[in-house]
Amino acid sequence: MTGIHANGRAPLLTIYAALVFAFVYLPIVVLIAYSFNRDGVGGFPPRHITLDWYRQLFADGAIWDAVQNSLIVAAASVALALTLGLLAALALDRANFPGKALFRRLVLLPLILPGIITGLSLLMFAVFIGLPLSLLTVFLGHGTALISVATTELFAGLQKMDRAQEEASLDLGASPWQTFLRITLPSLKLSLIAAGLLIFTLSMDEIAVTFFLIGRDNTLPLEIWGRLRRGITPEINAISTIIFAVSVALIVVWYRVRMRGLGEQPQELLERP
Amino acid sequence: MYSRAYKWIVSLPPLLWVGFFLLLPYGLMFAHSFWLVRDGFVVHQWNLQNYHKLFANPLYGEVLFRTMRIAASVTLLSLLLGYPLAYYVSFHAGARKELLYQLVIVPLWVSYLVRGYAWKTILGSDGVLNGFLQYLHITHEPVGFLLYSPFAVIVMLTHIYTPFVFLPIYAALEHIPRPLVEASQDLGASQRATFLRVILPLSMPGLLAGATFAFVLSLGDFLAPLLVGGPSGTMIANIVQSLFGAAYDWPLGAAVSVCILLITVTLLFLTERLEKRWSFK
Repeated sequence: MTGIHANGRAPLLTIYAALVFAFVYLPIVVLIAYSFNRDGVGGFPPRHITLDWYRQLFADGAIWDAVQNSLIVAAASVALALTLGLLAALALDRANFPGKALFRRLVLLPLILPGIITGLSLLMFAVFIGLPLSLLTVFLGHGTALISVATTELFAGLQKMDRAQEEASLDLGASPWQTFLRITLPSLKLSLIAAGLLIFTLSMDEIAVTFFLIGRDNTLPLEIWGRLRRGITPEINAISTIIFAVSVALIVVWYRVRMRGLGEQPQELLERP
Repeated sequence: MYSRAYKWIVSLPPLLWVGFFLLLPYGLMFAHSFWLVRDGFVVHQWNLQNYHKLFANPLYGEVLFRTMRIAASVTLLSLLLGYPLAYYVSFHAGARKELLYQLVIVPLWVSYLVRGYAWKTILGSDGVLNGFLQYLHITHEPVGFLLYSPFAVIVMLTHIYTPFVFLPIYAALEHIPRPLVEASQDLGASQRATFLRVILPLSMPGLLAGATFAFVLSLGDFLAPLLVGGPSGTMIANIVQSLFGAAYDWPLGAAVSVCILLITVTLLFLTERLEKRWSFK
């Protein structure tokens, strides 16, 4: 970066940017601070630091059941969305079929439409085919909606890939299956990991679609949602703080993975949300 | 290069899955909007009654109008916060650029619900902000209007969508060739003129993408109003939700959903065209 403009100081802009950062981080800081406050959420300043809320949280069976449900749904959704997303990306990259343009748009729809529309559509579908609401319907919803994320990421990976290697493999007598396992999959490794992490996080956090597909067993966000209706306790701050810490840990992993890819830009994935 | 069998194997499963689990459900939504409810059951009788009800009852128009106003405020505020931030990180952050960029990304990964909840604890009448104001003796009694109002919904959604708006704008700013900016200054344009006539037009596609995103997602949000909105903060998606829940009128709820869907798709179509007009040739 050179030039007058680029190096020019802009004190007002700097202050403004700092204020925006403060606005973005304020709630997160407050949330974490009050998870250690003995007197609950509210009041100022927080006094009497305690770990009681964490102790209470760790003894809370319902929360951990919900965490377990969320983990199961997220892991299953990653498997489903990655498998179908990989096939869809390969199809979009390599095959021509009638309705391809429509297919591409349809796959991306859950990413663009408000969650309530996708959630309710899937609810009507479940009722229509007589499927009772349970973690299975939640998984079907997450897995299907997140094919969009997998397809976008893996399609970008395929576009960057050098096809000469696959060609060489086929020419030298490897079967298409061997070529897929030994050339295609390994060269998509980074995209697969990045997409998997993103799908996992999005599924763990999903609430708008889940809201309409949930049966008796809650996922973590819905368990928290249920508690919010009954009132605020710092126990929710404590679990939120833990979620935040886990999210940050995941970003660091994601970032490392992306950085290892030669010449890859870390922002591509989220550039066009 | 790829055999017919290969193409079939990769195309068929996702096509079938998406057809069954996405196309069919969205189709059912459309179909429901032309059906009706009789004695608590959905009757598959094709009619336009639901859409007629939507236009006849001014309540729906009112809520839709309020929703659009909230979504527009969120979009405008997110742009006002996100654009200067992106501009700062792209042009003025120097060596800290990568770090600052990552700092904007982090909140994106923090749960929607967690952030909404945080605002609830901040804005509540016995919340953190009121505690703070009383601590400084600015107020002596809790200020009640902060939470459970359209204001709270706008604050919460702006907080959520600012990083989202930041991203495409930042990407667009990063793609502006720096020599273009320098040329403008070398040729005597002021900073203001350079910004208005070079940088802003070239970042327009990113700005539009961010704005559309914030508007569309705010338009269909039903959780923020439930969490911090109160009765005066009710939005159109809450109407849908109550029609599908307590009111048990799925066809009418589906008709409202279809309206939201049509507004969304129209907007996306329009911005796609606008983006093409503005994009760098």
